Amino acid sequence: MITIEITSFSLLFGMILGTVSGLGKLSKKRFFRYPSIVYIDFIRGTPLLVQILLFYYGIPGLYSNVTGNSFNIDPILAGIIVCSINSGAYIAEIVRAGIQSIDKGQMEAARSLGMNERMAMKEIILPQAFRRIIPPLGNEFIALLKDSSLLAVIGVHELLKTGQLYISRTFAAFPVYIAVALMYLILTIVISRIVSYSERRLGVSDRS
Amino acid sequence: MIGVKGLYKRFGELEVLKGISIDIKESEVVCVIGPSGSGKSTFLRCINLLEMPSSGEITIDGETITDKNIDLNKIREEAGMVFQHFNLFPHKTTLQNVALAPMKVRKLSKEEAEERALELLDKVGLADKAHVYPSSLSGGQKQRVAIARALAMRPKVMLFDEPTSALDPEMVGEVLGVMKDLAMAGMTMVVVTHEMGFAREVADRVLFMDDGIIIEQGTPDDIFSNAKHERTRSFLGKIL
Ligand SMILES: Nc1ncnc2c1ncn2[C@@H]1O[C@H](COP(=O)(O)OP(=O)(O)OP(=O)(O)O)[C@@H](O)[C@H]1O
Ligand SMILES: [Mg+2]
Repeated sequence: MITIEITSFSLLFGMILGTVSGLGKLSKKRFFRYPSIVYIDFIRGTPLLVQILLFYYGIPGLYSNVTGNSFNIDPILAGIIVCSINSGAYIAEIVRAGIQSIDKGQMEAARSLGMNERMAMKEIILPQAFRRIIPPLGNEFIALLKDSSLLAVIGVHELLKTGQLYISRTFAAFPVYIAVALMYLILTIVISRIVSYSERRLGVSDRS
Repeated sequence: MIGVKGLYKRFGELEVLKGISIDIKESEVVCVIGPSGSGKSTFLRCINLLEMPSSGEITIDGETITDKNIDLNKIREEAGMVFQHFNLFPHKTTLQNVALAPMKVRKLSKEEAEERALELLDKVGLADKAHVYPSSLSGGQKQRVAIARALAMRPKVMLFDEPTSALDPEMVGEVLGVMKDLAMAGMTMVVVTHEMGFAREVADRVLFMDDGIIIEQGTPDDIFSNAKHERTRSFLGKIL
């Protein structure tokens, strides 16, 4: 199903983007910090629908104005890219909060043993932060899944668009929309189950 | 072994250390006492550069660690630190807690590092707890693991910041016992503590700090029985 495909890929790429820019925002180096802050604030401060339209229509339009050539981007690919960039910004904040929730003493202990900052991050801080990040990451997964319905406007045949096409043939708006809603509901319930299972498996981090 | 000259430390407007100078010899055990907020922790944290001195010079084993172009991590390898709240790594077993830094920093093989870790855990009486996580240990056990973890780097000096203050009274003894063994074995130690019994018995020298300076120093007997300064006497009067 395209909805699940788009959401999963976007979450995956979003996690990579989010980890990098979340660490960037905490970096002491302005060279990393400022771009991360601009990215995070821009994405979180603008509606996803606008981002989708901007990316799908705006950027190719600009390209053809400048170069005279036109190009078309596959709507599914465009959807994955926009959703990745979007969720990356939210995940960045989750990652940042997760890292900052780890007791300062952990970094100090690691540093006092001669580990450099990078090593301490990788061995000590991130593994602990990761466990705390799982629940909010699950919420982001669910939010992203629902938000992916916005991709219907650029013609991605995800769950909502499929329903709409079906309605245009059958004119049965109510039952189809209800069915679409229920399918989202089932998906989100399944996801939250998986999340709370993995949370239990990893065990909530103990204080030392 | 450790030389401190004219050490100042400011946090913004607040001047916490106001010119500390002291020389600590090899194998010497120095206990630091003083009221809360007098700068004891800050002094200790400056010695392994967890805090950067605002001015002054610190040397360890002839190396000036306050030089601008020194490798910080190298310094910290040489000075082991034990914290009031243990700061064990909760996602790692006891053995992994102790073996991690020797592996990652000293580049020992896993076998060597774990062998060394087991030896040290045995020394602090916790060999049987090697494969449990810190959350299942008592406070006293946690602190003994923390000591083993610091020792695993084979540091030249051990710094203790109120290692027993967060412990239930019945667990204080086991931790002090480990520290006493360490002192007997010739480790150079700087210990911030409120355990006057320990200071009296183990310390070669006691420093009394107040308001960012060393008010008075001497043998335990000098300080506890014949303090010259009124501030020292009134502090001791309050806690003894
Ligand atoms: N990172 C910091 N930023 C700002 N002020 C600090 C910082 N660390 C310590 N201080 C201040 O420096 C002063 C001395 O602190 P320090 O922890 O060295 O005292 P202490 O003698 O160890 O006290 P205690 O017995 O309570 O541990 C305190 O007033 C404290 O608030
Ligand atoms: Mg202190």
